[in-house]
Amino acid sequence: MQIDRRTLLATATLAGIPLGARAQAPSLKIGVLTDLSGPYKDLAGPVAVSCVTQALEDFGVSGKGMKVDVISADHQNKPDVGAGIARQWFDRDGVDLIVEVANSGVALAVAGVAKEKNKVYINSGAATSDLTGEMCNANTIHWAYDTYMLAKSTGGALARAGGDSWFFITADYAFGKALQRDTTGFVEANKGRVVGSVAYPFPGTTDFSSLLLQAQASGAKVVGLCNAGTDTINSIKQAKEFGLTQTIAGLLLFISDVHSLGLDVAQGIAVTDSFYWDANARTRAFSERLKPKAPNVRATMVQAGVYSSVLHYLKVAAQAGVPTMKGSGIDVVDRMKAMPTDDDCFGPGSIRIDGRKIHPSYLWSIKKPSESKGPWDYYKLVATTPADEAFRPLSAGHCSLVKS
Amino acid sequence: MLSILGYNVGPMLAQGVLGLINGAFYALLSLGLAVIFGLLNIINFAHGALYMIGAFVAWVLLNYLGIGYWPSLILVPILVGCFGMLIERVLISKLYKLDHLYGLLLTFGLALIMEGLMRNYFGSSGMPFAVPESLRGATRLGFMIMPTYRVWVVAASFVVCIGTWLVIEKTSIGATLRAATENPALVQAFGVNVPRLVTMTYGGGVALAAFAGVMAAPMYSVNPSMGSNVIIVVFAVVVIGGMGSILGSILTGFGLGLVEGFTKYLYPQGSGVVIFVLMVIVLLLRPAGLFGKAA
Repeated sequence: MQIDRRTLLATATLAGIPLGARAQAPSLKIGVLTDLSGPYKDLAGPVAVSCVTQALEDFGVSGKGMKVDVISADHQNKPDVGAGIARQWFDRDGVDLIVEVANSGVALAVAGVAKEKNKVYINSGAATSDLTGEMCNANTIHWAYDTYMLAKSTGGALARAGGDSWFFITADYAFGKALQRDTTGFVEANKGRVVGSVAYPFPGTTDFSSLLLQAQASGAKVVGLCNAGTDTINSIKQAKEFGLTQTIAGLLLFISDVHSLGLDVAQGIAVTDSFYWDANARTRAFSERLKPKAPNVRATMVQAGVYSSVLHYLKVAAQAGVPTMKGSGIDVVDRMKAMPTDDDCFGPGSIRIDGRKIHPSYLWSIKKPSESKGPWDYYKLVATTPADEAFRPLSAGHCSLVKS
Repeated sequence: MLSILGYNVGPMLAQGVLGLINGAFYALLSLGLAVIFGLLNIINFAHGALYMIGAFVAWVLLNYLGIGYWPSLILVPILVGCFGMLIERVLISKLYKLDHLYGLLLTFGLALIMEGLMRNYFGSSGMPFAVPESLRGATRLGFMIMPTYRVWVVAASFVVCIGTWLVIEKTSIGATLRAATENPALVQAFGVNVPRLVTMTYGGGVALAAFAGVMAAPMYSVNPSMGSNVIIVVFAVVVIGGMGSILGSILTGFGLGLVEGFTKYLYPQGSGVVIFVLMVIVLLLRPAGLFGKAA
């Protein structure tokens, strides 16, 4: 087909219209970079995207003269894919804020991109405490939880409750090893000792019976599971099958995992979560609002973290105005740190200089089937670690933003 | 306690028994693969996904229709086997004249689609599936606690493996099947409907995978990725045993389960690679596999 000059001009004019229109409304763009197809889909994934929309609704963006677009993508648990998407979003698609990013490997890669492009990055899904430790930067905030919080709450509580000898079953990669390291610290601090540990290949292990038998033979009082997702589910299921009488510590167990296990198997296990839908009137109100968007599930602390972090970002945006929010990422993050946080999921809190969001953490015990009133009625509160003690002290993190 | 080379015998024995249980799954799955490869010359990459589908169908039957574990053990292989025959008729049969690689690509694609669809509908964390009432509990063996269900798994898969081997080696259907593997044109000339035989064989291989899936459901969580976790190992089993060798895949399946079990005790980090190391050694020394005939 020949293209004549007139067609060409017409096409060019048409193509020009949306460009002009886009320039008029001041708008922000939030990118949800998450696992939409892999092992963390249930604990983050599509419900995390719904949580962003929920935050926009609850804040009432349209009534405040702002326009906020939301896009999402699957990082496939590959750091290179995640970093590539983040770069494209910042460079080409005009994304101002990236949230979620479950998977510690991807999370650290995206933190690097956010720093390079001077944009804003709030992680809720990853566990590694390095995001606010040695790898911290001024563009990154770590919201819902981290390995230190889990280790301190579960490890510390069980050690104090008489669990003075431990055996670890650990996924053989950075996250598992970090969790074991952090937990060992708290066990030893409480005069407990680690009698043994076994690292297994990750991913691809489905049979944990050999490892569990070694844990059984060790005679340790507590078996610590330094793994996540399906691995934890399979470990717990098989521990029950082989009649392990020791206390099982699921050091990273989400409510979606408990749902998958069923109370029959999961009862009695100690878990640490910074959010539980039925914790108080505010969390219940949030869960009720989220229901139409995510029927049949309850938000995990990761998904709640996404909601809470976006809400805080919007509060800062309303105060500073869209042009400021589209400017320097460091400046935006500084404004977020300066403003106290408060929302239905985590209650009042704050963001520390190293990017660590501060709130209490809770130790829960999983209910017996007879205690549960129905699906998702799973947890009962055992202990609360106050906000100022729940996370690693600033001085111990070796973050370069902390002036000694 | 008795010890050999500084290792206690009790835990070693326990790991051996556990290895045998995993070996039961390897044997069941690699048996189906070997049967399919023997007759169809198709490297069935969808085998793991069909194993996973077997577990999910059992879960759906239980939760939506109230059909329990025991009927499922018969029903699920039939249902999934029929699904397999449908796949063979509609898709795989178009590829027999082409290179192996096309069959591999097709079945690999099918596996990805099945896994993706299940993940989309059922999520990624998996579904609980309780051990049937009559197989609950465990026996104290002295050196370990042996769950009753796992004893059943080893026994059942052993019987099914031997049964399949007998059908293929000792019956007239099996003889026809083996003949069709050697020379399909000649067998067709004797009045045997070879394409139908091929379809039935694929269905049979798939049914074995689905059977393994039902057996696995109460042990592992019913999870979309349960197939892809096991399929690579199963391929290694088939390669070590000798492509298409029925007895070879059964013996290698149980044997490698044992090896993996011992590795998990002696050097757990190596348990993920030990089978592949063995595969490399076997391929170097006996390229046709332990039980395969040299081409």
